Amino acid sequence: MGMRVVMLALLLVLMPWQGARAAEAGPQFPKAQGQCVEDAGTMRRHHFDFLKHQRDDTMREGIRGAKHSLKDCVSCHAAHKDGKAVPVNAPGQFCAACHDYAAVSVGCFTCHATTPGEGKP
Amino acid sequence: MTQASSRRDLLKGAVLGAVAIAPGLTLIAPAAQARPAGSAASAANRWGLLIDTSKCDAGCTACVDACKTEMGLPALDRPATDAQYIRKVDVKDPKTGHQHSLPVMCQHCAKPPCVDVCPTGASMKRADGIVLVDRHICIGCRYCMMACPYKARSFAHEDQSNQKAHNPRGKGCVEGCTLCVHRIDAGGRPACVEACADTGRAAMIFGDLNDANSEISRRLSKQASSRIRADLGLDPAIRYQGI
Ligand code: SF4
Ligand code: SF4
Repeated sequence: MGMRVVMLALLLVLMPWQGARAAEAGPQFPKAQGQCVEDAGTMRRHHFDFLKHQRDDTMREGIRGAKHSLKDCVSCHAAHKDGKAVPVNAPGQFCAACHDYAAVSVGCFTCHATTPGEGKP
Repeated sequence: MTQASSRRDLLKGAVLGAVAIAPGLTLIAPAAQARPAGSAASAANRWGLLIDTSKCDAGCTACVDACKTEMGLPALDRPATDAQYIRKVDVKDPKTGHQHSLPVMCQHCAKPPCVDVCPTGASMKRADGIVLVDRHICIGCRYCMMACPYKARSFAHEDQSNQKAHNPRGKGCVEGCTLCVHRIDAGGRPACVEACADTGRAAMIFGDLNDANSEISRRLSKQASSRIRADLGLDPAIRYQGI
């Protein structure tokens, strides 16, 4: 019984501190340049479905110009340093920050460009 | 900008695009229009090339160089494995000694054996006849490389970097000429055709084989042309003159 009280007291003492730490932690990444095509919550939950759906439409049917484009993600989310774009899959950058945090390994960037294309994104 | 005015601007652009680059030589901008956003490639079109090998000489590699730049293909100086979407083939008639040099790329066959053999559906023909590799589902088995009688496909053996945004490519996938599908969808013509025209030779013309009024169809209806290994019956979209 005595042990339990000590544990509870410890927990109560530690909790606020833990809470503050959790708010601070989490992925940090550079801000996007424009307005996203969906609200952030929808994007967080469904971006992979959107991208996969559009990839098949574009690749196999030739449908261009739809709004869930990986090229557009990259062009809006790539940070710039010394006048040059930073790859979105570099540590701490937009794509890498969250995927590293969530231990998700994505295959997009073994093939896809990680910086905006010249002139036309 | 309204639909009507953008169309007018486009037509105006097409007229301005006909530029005399030398006396007696006129470069005509392609009449092709960008497909509207959201619409799929259509079987109403069949994109193809006509290559006049009599205008093409062995020393010129403008098309090959332009392709490498356009598609972001690195030159690793390993000819056996470097990706190559288009190459120059020098041929000689042993009986007569007549030599010529022709660019050879994916022939965008109407009946492509590379599609027939693919176990995953990655090797595919788009509605408008352009044959592509869907690298999202290619497993790198290379059956298609074996099946292609034109030796048109390459395999990416190594990790890649600095890819072009319009040509994603990576290790373990097969790849080949896309007929510059990204340019065609935007109303343009392939990079090789443009580079060849820029040299003043203009040995290649690009256009819609299904459109009787296109320059390519008009020329094909009046002049003799041939296809490489026509005996295989694959109905390639690349036609040659002078071979
Ligand atoms: S040339 Fe080869 S890769 Fe191209 S469509 Fe024909 S069989 Fe397929
Ligand atoms: S290498 Fe890829 S595209 Fe070629 S046959 Fe195999 S899965 Fe299909």
